[in-house]
Amino acid sequence: MIADVWTVIWKEWKMIRPQRGGVRGGMIGLLIVIGIPGIFLPLQMGRLWVESPIAIVLVYVSLIMVTNVTADSFAGERERHTLETLLASRLSDRAILFGKVGADAGYGWGLTLSGMFVGLVTVNFAYGRGELLLYPPVVGLGIVVLSLLAAGLASGAGILISLRASTVLQAQQKMTIALFLLLFIPSFGAGALPAEWKARLAEMLSTDLTKIVLIAAAILIVLDIGLLCAAMARFKRTRLILD
Amino acid sequence: MTAIAIRTESLTRDFGKLRAVDNLNIEVLAGIVFGFLGPNGAGKTTTIRLLLGLLEATSGRAEVLGFDTRTQADEIRRRAGALLEHPGLYERLSAEDNLEFYGRIWHLQTSERQVRIKELLTHLGLWERRKEIVGTWSRGMKQKLAVARALLHHPSLIFADEPTAGLDPIAAVALREDLATLAAREGVTVFLTTHNLAEAEKLCQQVGVIREGKLVAVGSLDQLRTTSGLPQVEIVGRGFTEKVLTLLRAQPEVAAADVRNGRLLIDLQRDTDIARLVGLIVSAGVEVEEIRKGKASLEEVFLALMEEEK
Repeated sequence: MIADVWTVIWKEWKMIRPQRGGVRGGMIGLLIVIGIPGIFLPLQMGRLWVESPIAIVLVYVSLIMVTNVTADSFAGERERHTLETLLASRLSDRAILFGKVGADAGYGWGLTLSGMFVGLVTVNFAYGRGELLLYPPVVGLGIVVLSLLAAGLASGAGILISLRASTVLQAQQKMTIALFLLLFIPSFGAGALPAEWKARLAEMLSTDLTKIVLIAAAILIVLDIGLLCAAMARFKRTRLILD
Repeated sequence: MTAIAIRTESLTRDFGKLRAVDNLNIEVLAGIVFGFLGPNGAGKTTTIRLLLGLLEATSGRAEVLGFDTRTQADEIRRRAGALLEHPGLYERLSAEDNLEFYGRIWHLQTSERQVRIKELLTHLGLWERRKEIVGTWSRGMKQKLAVARALLHHPSLIFADEPTAGLDPIAAVALREDLATLAAREGVTVFLTTHNLAEAEKLCQQVGVIREGKLVAVGSLDQLRTTSGLPQVEIVGRGFTEKVLTLLRAQPEVAAADVRNGRLLIDLQRDTDIARLVGLIVSAGVEVEEIRKGKASLEEVFLALMEEEK
């Protein structure tokens, strides 16, 4: 089972790499994706990038990157007529599903960690002045854990949407809407809070960040498990072939 | 006793009100090429999907390589190779990576995988182009690669849905030879669907004809010709009068006699000795120049079966 999951991940990563504009286009895309959170934002923020919880925004990189690729997983296979041959192979339903989820989540998580590392190098190079600057432990661990869970969330949701969508375009549109809601609801929601609540939230962020990270992680774990279970229930060969 | 590779018992599949496969009963012997023939929409692809366990039967059952399609489909897919309606290749990957992926799926060891990939790509004339992205290839080349993928893990049964579609004549002949060799030398069973009746005639030891989900005939080509009552004699000459035709039609071995384009055509009830009939028409005044006795082609049998069903 594990070997089969890795086989699917191997194929998915091979497919992601030259997705747009061949290998060179893919490399340029990767540079942009890592360059913005890894170079541009840290240069703009300065030492604040590592001295405040702001670097937590890197978790969104996971969401955005997974959203980019996950819509393609099943809808793409169906559109390109590769799904039936894959389903006719000896791979189990779960190996295919976990392989797809793992590949997408691993891709988003990997890019986030790369951005995180490059950001650290950038800040130290530009603002270190001989001093080693590091993310606060809770922020560093928070990014690592929350970005993995966020990648799992986006991957699980994307797989479910992709399973139901008849075309890649349809899946991408749904994923984009979901991502916008996920990005804007917290921003607008926080903006609409009464001033007293905002002050309390700011205080919690500075004093109870660990608690917030743990609560966020717990919520994401529940959501990830729920989505994975839903995807497992939906992923049935005999049903997929009819879609 | 010869082993049975595929056995279906009253296999039926409905899609809403449409019955795609209707009470299908077939037995395919192991190690032969079985041709599954039928017009578009007859239920051929649905049958393959049922046999691979990709669809559940509405009723009835099927066994493939001794495994139940409903409860042991994983075992069937482990042992079978599939060349389906579409090549099913990853067009953004190279030819080698496509085979590498399926080699890993079938748990071929690295060295075994490399040897097998080289062997198949060389045999199909694709080795030099193995690093190319498949999306840039012609339909025929993709089909060859799909054939390589289906054979990669030495399956004991191959489902081939229109395998020579899109291949040039030389490649099509080569593929037919490969399939025939697999069956004859390696004992691989080939379940072949095709519209190309000449291909089926060359390749298949056993044929099933399906129409609107129902099996209308099954057996060897000779059996089908016999059941279709189509052994035929064509006589070139003169003196094919109405009296001669009446005389012929009165004979027990004659199913029909007619004159078309100045030639006398006699449909026989069975494959019989025609010397007596020739003697009879000569004594009735017919001057015979040439006699051709032939079996009906599979195409004629197929068309006759389709007509019968209408």
